[in-house]
Amino acid sequence: MPEAVWVQRLSYAYPDGQQALKDVSFALRPGEKVALVGPNGAGKSTLLLHLNGILRGDGEVQVGGLRVEEKTLGRVRALVGLVFQSPDDQLFSPTVFDDVAFGPIYQGLGRAEVERRVDEALQAVHMQGYAGRVSHHLSVGEKKRIAIATVLAMKPMVLALDEPSAGLDPRARRGLMKLLAELPQAMLVATHDLALVAELLPRMIVMDEGKIVADGDTQVLLRDEALLRQHGLEPLLR
Amino acid sequence: MSGGIFADTHHSMHDPYQPGNSVIHRLDARVKLLLTIALIVTGALAAPGAWIVYVLLLTVTLSAAILSELGVGYVLRRSLLVLPFMLAALPVLFAQPGAALLSWAQLSLTVAGLERFLGVVFKSWISLQAAIVLVATTPMPDLLLALRALRLPGLLVSMTGLMWRYLFLMVEEVQRLLRARLARSSVAADGRRGGGTLIWRAQVAGGMVGGLLVRSFERSDRVYAAMLARGYDGEIRLLPRPPAAVWNVVVLVAGLLFFAFVTVLGVLYA
Amino acid sequence: MLFSAVAMHIPDGFLSIVVLVVCWVISLTVIGVALRRLNRLDSDRNDSLMGVLAAAIFAGQMLNFSVTGGTSGHLLGAALATILVGPYAAVLVMTIVVSTQALLFQDGGLLALGANLFNMAVVGVFVAYAVNRLVRRLLGETRLAIFISGFAAAWSSIFVASLACALELAFSGTSPANIAVPAMGGIHALIGLGEGLITLGALAFIYAARRDLLKLGQAQPNGSRAVLIGGTLLAVGLTVFSPWASSHPDGLEWVAEEHGFLGAARDSLYSIIPDYVMPGIQNEALATIVAGVVGVLVVLGLTLGLAYVRRNIRRHAS
Repeated sequence: MPEAVWVQRLSYAYPDGQQALKDVSFALRPGEKVALVGPNGAGKSTLLLHLNGILRGDGEVQVGGLRVEEKTLGRVRALVGLVFQSPDDQLFSPTVFDDVAFGPIYQGLGRAEVERRVDEALQAVHMQGYAGRVSHHLSVGEKKRIAIATVLAMKPMVLALDEPSAGLDPRARRGLMKLLAELPQAMLVATHDLALVAELLPRMIVMDEGKIVADGDTQVLLRDEALLRQHGLEPLLR
Repeated sequence: MSGGIFADTHHSMHDPYQPGNSVIHRLDARVKLLLTIALIVTGALAAPGAWIVYVLLLTVTLSAAILSELGVGYVLRRSLLVLPFMLAALPVLFAQPGAALLSWAQLSLTVAGLERFLGVVFKSWISLQAAIVLVATTPMPDLLLALRALRLPGLLVSMTGLMWRYLFLMVEEVQRLLRARLARSSVAADGRRGGGTLIWRAQVAGGMVGGLLVRSFERSDRVYAAMLARGYDGEIRLLPRPPAAVWNVVVLVAGLLFFAFVTVLGVLYA
Repeated sequence: MLFSAVAMHIPDGFLSIVVLVVCWVISLTVIGVALRRLNRLDSDRNDSLMGVLAAAIFAGQMLNFSVTGGTSGHLLGAALATILVGPYAAVLVMTIVVSTQALLFQDGGLLALGANLFNMAVVGVFVAYAVNRLVRRLLGETRLAIFISGFAAAWSSIFVASLACALELAFSGTSPANIAVPAMGGIHALIGLGEGLITLGALAFIYAARRDLLKLGQAQPNGSRAVLIGGTLLAVGLTVFSPWASSHPDGLEWVAEEHGFLGAARDSLYSIIPDYVMPGIQNEALATIVAGVVGVLVVLGLTLGLAYVRRNIRRHAS
């Protein structure tokens, strides 16, 4: 079975010349759940945007054995479910159904199949019965779940989540963590929430200034206070 | 960064101001605004064949480009914007009476037509350069104060200021929306042709617009609360501007005289 | 840049002085009336609402959808603004959007702004308001009526504004009416469909999320009747006049040529100096054109040369 994500020597500079990624290499096995931590501006979000080819840098990215290039973009975007930080950006339709159905409709699936996908996706995030609701009126936690459902409806192999716990109250955060633990897909989670990382994600990649500075077992890295402090992270209270 | 029906857009919308400390940057915003308008009016008053006017005005805009240290390249590159609209002026090439220079079928290119077409092209091109130099050397707040000094109603000035404050935030929001749409614009496992119907795509774009509007209404409520919290009472007050330095007045008067001279010249030589 | 919703932002140089003056006078009058009405309303949260709404419309014009090949549909937003905040506030919102586009992003000229304001902030808003009200009066206040009237208002605001734009070009002698009117009108009859669909999508979202916002544009101060009548007259007048003008292009030419006060002014100056003729100017007209173009190119070349030399001097100095 091919790696879920395979990134080799990826570098990227924004059009204004700012070097956002420098020589980044790593791989994710199918089903593996990995944290991506580091200070703001370290390049975490930029890296996520490379996974489905919204940004394209130098180097190679493969998803499910499929090389990310012009002609594979359509497939790659189905394989990588990118969940953005602000659910308001992701939920642009009047109702929950319309939003979750966007991916399947765009793929050209038939009506019955679209409805089945929407049902499954809503079920997976425990939001069955919300299809007719207006996204705008949901709570932040509910919006996050719907945002995840919008990508699950494309049957992705990998979920790339940007700050999934930001802005959630403790109960919603707890619920989200439970959900992420249940989902079978491989996961790359960019976050500042080290408590979530410690509980949920056995492997951790630390980034700073566009480079990977550490990649290994979460419990080991979290005990390395010098490393954490050097890269703008606060060790957890034990 | 393309692919799929919803290509990632590269609408670059940035604040056009280019910080600097050139003579043009230091010129009072009111003077710059008036002289820019005078230049464009001079161009508008010129007859299509008043070449001397175009030559003189182009000298002015290009000199300004150099003096402002923006560089001629910067101004010329941006001035190419006007090209698409040139299409609207093309018919005039063939629509003027007179002896034909060239003809195809029913169409005949006349001297008068050529003259008028080139007149339109030069006028809009030069006007555009002047506007580009103006906004690249004058920050928006200064421009707003200049407009206020030129008796633009206070409500319009404060509305424009607020719009400017939130414009780039909303542009970023729009870019995130477009990106989120792009991220889910995928191809099915069997590789079938997708993209949805035209009406559906328009509705999706409409939904994004609707969301943006709803959130902007909600934002305006918060903005208003924040304004009230700081004692806003419906009256916009601005700090009075200091009078322009003498050299600014000299530049203004000299500039206006020059443009008057060019206008007369254009009338005489056309 | 260049995300102009519609190919309707006229640059400087395309319009004659007479057309410019007329458009400026009308636009400024309407904007003045709108300002006075809104000031009298004494609701001081207007400027925060209108400023933020203007930013949203401005940014919203970037939200495109692909039509076919490389073309895409955009929003202008006059109809949406009218439906959301009523005609007078919408005139101001569109005024700010169109003016900022001209001033800062060179989308449309500075002098031509008078005409662009007339097309997009006056005609666009008035026609949208009139059509929206009339269709609702016919269909009632159901959900369907809101959507149908929104679509109709959006389409007709674009279409009628494009006719105004075409007539301005024709009156200026820039593009003959028999070409400009069918070309502009034809293209914008299609672009208007895109505007209508996006407006519909936006209304559907707003109807679902914040239905109360759709009521805001309804509660109008007295005098909306003037907008209703004005909008109807503009829509009917321009739609009837355009085909007529299109079939009589020479009539407009005549207006543009003979009645321009500039032509008159020039003639009188010529009579002051009857015998003064520049050498080489009065003979071959084409030679003049060539000379003029050469003059422009020479200035361009000299400046580029100068800029190049300057840069080299700097580089040596540093």
